[in-house]
Amino acid sequence: MTPRQRRITLVVGILAGVSLAGVLALNAFRDNVMFFFDPSQVAAGEAPIEKRFRLGGMVRPGNVNRQAGSLDMSFVVTDFKQDVKVVYSGVVPDLFRENQGVVAHGRLGKDGTFVADEILAKHDENYMPPEVARAIKEKGGGVMPVNPDHASPPRT
Amino acid sequence: MIAEIGHYALILALLASLAQAFFGLIGAARNHDSWVATVRPAVTVQFLMTTLALAVLVVAFVQNDFSVEYVAANSNSALPVGYRIAAVWGAHEGSLLLWAWILVAWTFAVAALSKRLPAGFAARVLGVLGLVSLGFHAFTLFTSNPFLRLDPAAPDGRDLNPLLQDPALAAHPPMLYAGYVGFAVAFAFACAAMLEGRLDQTWARWTRPWTTVAWAFLSIGIALGSWWAYYELGWGGYWFWDPVENASFMPWLVGTALIHSLAVTEKRGLFKSWTLLLAILAFSLSLLGTFLVRSGVLVSVHSFAADPTRGMFILAFLVIVIGGALTLYAWRAPLLRSEAGFEFTARESFLLFNNILLVVAAGAVFAGTMAPLISDALGLGTLSVGRQYFDPVFLLPTLPLLALAAVGIHSSWKKGRLGERRKAILLTLVVGVLVAVVLVLGAWEGAMLLTPIGFALGIWLMLSALVDPIDRWRRGLSLSRGVVGMAIAHAALGLFTISITAVESYTRERDLALAVGETGQVGEFEYRLRDLRAVEGPNYDALRGEIVVYENGREIGLLHPEKRNYWVQRQVMTEAGIDMQLTRDIFAALGEDLGAGRWSVRAQVRPLINYVWLAAFLMALGGVIATTDRRYRQESAG
Repeated sequence: MTPRQRRITLVVGILAGVSLAGVLALNAFRDNVMFFFDPSQVAAGEAPIEKRFRLGGMVRPGNVNRQAGSLDMSFVVTDFKQDVKVVYSGVVPDLFRENQGVVAHGRLGKDGTFVADEILAKHDENYMPPEVARAIKEKGGGVMPVNPDHASPPRT
Repeated sequence: MIAEIGHYALILALLASLAQAFFGLIGAARNHDSWVATVRPAVTVQFLMTTLALAVLVVAFVQNDFSVEYVAANSNSALPVGYRIAAVWGAHEGSLLLWAWILVAWTFAVAALSKRLPAGFAARVLGVLGLVSLGFHAFTLFTSNPFLRLDPAAPDGRDLNPLLQDPALAAHPPMLYAGYVGFAVAFAFACAAMLEGRLDQTWARWTRPWTTVAWAFLSIGIALGSWWAYYELGWGGYWFWDPVENASFMPWLVGTALIHSLAVTEKRGLFKSWTLLLAILAFSLSLLGTFLVRSGVLVSVHSFAADPTRGMFILAFLVIVIGGALTLYAWRAPLLRSEAGFEFTARESFLLFNNILLVVAAGAVFAGTMAPLISDALGLGTLSVGRQYFDPVFLLPTLPLLALAAVGIHSSWKKGRLGERRKAILLTLVVGVLVAVVLVLGAWEGAMLLTPIGFALGIWLMLSALVDPIDRWRRGLSLSRGVVGMAIAHAALGLFTISITAVESYTRERDLALAVGETGQVGEFEYRLRDLRAVEGPNYDALRGEIVVYENGREIGLLHPEKRNYWVQRQVMTEAGIDMQLTRDIFAALGEDLGAGRWSVRAQVRPLINYVWLAAFLMALGGVIATTDRRYRQESAG
């Protein structure tokens, strides 16, 4: 091979490699990206059944139920228009509590219950996941309880 | 009064940076010697003024001056003095000031150590750095001034976010910034070379040590952040592919490509325009990282403020810096073509593939990080990208990269001469594969397809990195610091691969519900909650658990996880209990009161996890050793 041919081979090889990587990345992307839905979208049937997605909203007060002494729990996520019941088993984040924004990862069962495998409630007390804030704002859900329980001491 | 001194000093620093940029760039372009001679004094003034501003803010924090709004928002009289100092960069305004100070400190170091550089070239480098610090001073003064007063003064402060009250996190931002900002030096060298229209091997020799030190700082900064997330967030993971982590990881990947590409430019005078592009890219990604993290586009513990004017300012700054540099590149890079051949198995080829794979990996991370923002901006729905995407697309380019490194380390410049080293290559490979097979057969449970591959690649790379220095040492040949540093960094990458493989394959984890005296099973381990009692700290009270961990009935660890309640911010914090051992970490974090006397406990046993961070520190150490090589001192030191 002349140096010119060799260089062309090299460039073509690199391009092929990079495009292959691109195709594979795109594939991985399509299969593994998670979409966000709020309770109203879930109620309207927009969310997929038996496929993982992110559910976000506020934890409805008075609906957090826990079997005493067990990791199993259930709570209700609301956007002040619609509610979705969530079941979960495991440790919840420090900032998970009633009237706080929450994002749950999991799958929607056929009975309309969301089975979560991961609960996120971020580090900051004033934090509300941006999707949640927007979802609630769009629903015109009354007051925006961005910082609802500054007055009440947290549980220990 | 003191806050006004800081404010005033910052204004003077801004003016000095303006002078530095103007006289440096215009003076060099017009060949005015007297203008060029003004640049170094301007740097000194800027350095003194920025240092004064930062010192004033530190004093305001130490003295609990709650008439300063920023102090009142981020400190408290009950906060220990060490954390009061760390609180200086605990939020947006102060961390920007720290950014600017580190940039000016780097500039000052460049000015002091560049006296042997041609005067015009040094003036251009300092001029570009002056432009960057001008942007940051203006940003701080106009949108994020930490010296603003609070009237009337607050009786006490709102305290530092308890998550940030931690030694590793106190050191994390300065290290990370030192890395980000260090790439500004490489960027300035690149811009100056393009302005001069000249780039030779001496240029690469000047640029290399600065870039490598910046890269070492960034490595340590990322490792500290990851370590902190592991023990402080109470989740026990060390990397989440969180956008904020990715923001610091992308410049690291491109910076790694840059230090390798610079090696080719220095030794062989090749890859010139590619090196320039990487230098621009590394700093652009550093700026983008700052933008992503600070603008509130990505919401997490790092996003201090969601103020749109700040976001717009950084975006405009980003467009000017990146756009300007790329325009300069398009105009000037064709002047800097390099013509020289090399064989397919030469070191140049291996470094070329190293660069391609690293940039592809950075591109994959970039795509996954930006996709949610772009999809959101275009109204295509809100989506999130997690490890299900990042793990495979990151491993795809990096696994071949490890194998290429293990072989390429043996090749020589211009002509590969791999044949002469065939024995060493094959022997290290065989040892790697055999050890990996033995390891996987010995610990079957949890092993995946990638487990033996990861072990084999890691061991192979580690041995390969050490072959050459050991060989030279045995034959009594001289060992330059450059060779030693390179061997340490690559062996550390091997160690990193081995430890990540072990953690990902053999971690045992489970959430338990335990009452005092009860025991839960986690894989082959047993966690027993022995005690639960109230304790009190300087600015919090806490519930402290005592957990004994058994393996096959034998006691192997004692953990003291805490659930803390910080008084001022009324924030509940999980303080994990971790027993660090030579080959594994035993971890427990308290969850919450489940009722019926039980508490939820997150229990994990992770093998070799500490070696992940140790490897990162060793990589940085290798970089630092390599920069102390004699040839840089002869050429670039003053």
